[in-house]
Amino acid sequence: MINKIANSIAQAIGPVADGSTVMVGGFGTAGIPGELVDGLIETGAKELTVINNNAGNGDTGLAALLKAGRVKKIICSFPRQTDSHVFDDLYRSGKLELELVPQGNLTERIRAAGAGIGAFFTPTGFGTDLAFHADGLEKETRVIDGKHFILEYPLHADLSLIKAESGDRWGNLTFRKAARNFGPIMAMAGKRSVASVHDIVELGAIDPEHIVTPGIFVSALVQVPRLATQGGGFKVAP
Amino acid sequence: MTMLRRSKDQLARRVAQDMFDGAYVNLGIGMPTLVANHLPNGIEIILQSENGLLGMGPAPPKGDEDFDLINAGKQAVTLLPGGAYFHHADSFAMMRGGHLDICVLGAFQVSVHGDLANWSTGEPDAIPAVGGAMDLATGAKQTWVMMDLLTKQGVSKVVQACTYPLTGIACVKRIYTDMASFECTADGLVLIDMVDGLTRGELESLLKFKLL
Repeated sequence: MINKIANSIAQAIGPVADGSTVMVGGFGTAGIPGELVDGLIETGAKELTVINNNAGNGDTGLAALLKAGRVKKIICSFPRQTDSHVFDDLYRSGKLELELVPQGNLTERIRAAGAGIGAFFTPTGFGTDLAFHADGLEKETRVIDGKHFILEYPLHADLSLIKAESGDRWGNLTFRKAARNFGPIMAMAGKRSVASVHDIVELGAIDPEHIVTPGIFVSALVQVPRLATQGGGFKVAP
Repeated sequence: MTMLRRSKDQLARRVAQDMFDGAYVNLGIGMPTLVANHLPNGIEIILQSENGLLGMGPAPPKGDEDFDLINAGKQAVTLLPGGAYFHHADSFAMMRGGHLDICVLGAFQVSVHGDLANWSTGEPDAIPAVGGAMDLATGAKQTWVMMDLLTKQGVSKVVQACTYPLTGIACVKRIYTDMASFECTADGLVLIDMVDGLTRGELESLLKFKLL
C-alpha cells in the first residue's frame, strides 16, 4: 500500500547530506514551509545550497536557516527586502554566495529540471549583467527568428520543501491562493519532495479535476497545524 | 507661464487613459500600482500579479488581510470574481509568452531607443535584486515606463544611452513622466504630449538632446 503520509516532520524530511541543494517554496512569506525549514535546521545539514525566490524575511523560516550558518550559497531572484537583515549581513560579510537569477528564468530552470529538459533558450536577461556565468564567462546566446536568447540550464534539487493545503496518502496536493507560487514546480524538481499540508484527506476526497500537484511528484507529506500566514517583505505604512 | 507638473495621481490618470478595454496588465511595484485607481469608466482590464494571480483586486479592509493572497510587493490584496490562481511557471509563461498586453514599470533610466535600466544602480556595496523586472520588460507586448522625468539632482532619466545596468534592450515602447510623454523608436524619441507651461525647447534642454 502506498502511504506517503509521514508521522513527523523528521520522518518526512529524512536524512539530509551536507552539501545538498534544497529548494524551498514561497514568495515572500506566502507558501514558505516554515515547519519544514525548522525540520531542515534540526537535521544539522550544512554547506547547503538553497533555492528560493527571496532570501528570508525577519528571523524565522529561511532567515533562521541562514542565521544558523547552514547555507553556503543561495540562488534567488530578489534577496533584498525591508526585513532581509539576516541575509544582508551574511552577504555583506562575504559569508554567503549569491547567484541572482531573473525570476522567470529561476522558475523555468526549476520547471526544466522537473520536466527533464537539458537546457533552454530564453529572451530574459539577454544583453544584461545577468547573462554571465559566475566565472565571468558569457552565457551562450542564439538568434532565433530574429530574436536574441540566452541558454539557461535546469536547477535540480536533492530535496524540495513546499507548503500545500490538502493532501492524501498518494501525495496528491492542493494549494491555497497565492501560496501556490513555486510549490508545484519545486515538487517536480526535487529528488525527494516533501510537502506540509493542513488537511489530510481520504483518497478520492480531492476532486481529480482540482488536484494541482499529482502525487507522482511528492515523496512525503506531513500534517502541520494551520496558522495564519504573517505578512513580511514590505514596509509597514506608518 | 509656470510649468504645471503632473502629480503622481495625475500621472497615473494619464497612463490609465491609454489602457484599453480587455487588456491584461501587470503594474510594477511602486508608482505604477496607482494606475489601478484611475482607470477610465467603462473599461475593464485584468490585472496580473507575478506571484500567481489574474484578476487582482484592491487591498482588503484593514483587519481582513490574508497574507496567502498578496501582490508582487508582498502586500495583502483581493481577488475579483473570475480571478484565478496559478503557479510561477504559468505566471512567467504569461509574460515571456507574450500574453500580457501591457506592463507598467518604474525606471532609473530609459534610453531613446527603449533600453531600460530599473533593477540596479550598479553601486558596489548594493545588494542586487532583480525579481521579475527582466521577464516583464522583455515579455509583455508593450512595456511602458512611468516615472519622474528628472532625478532629485535635476538630471534627466530619459537618456541617449543608459549608464546603469540594463534590464532589457529596446523593450520600452512608451515613457510617461510628470512633464511629458514619449514614444521610443529605433530612430529616437518622439514626443507624445507635454504639460502646460513647458515648451519643446525647454524640454530638450532638460533632456540635453533633440527630440525627433
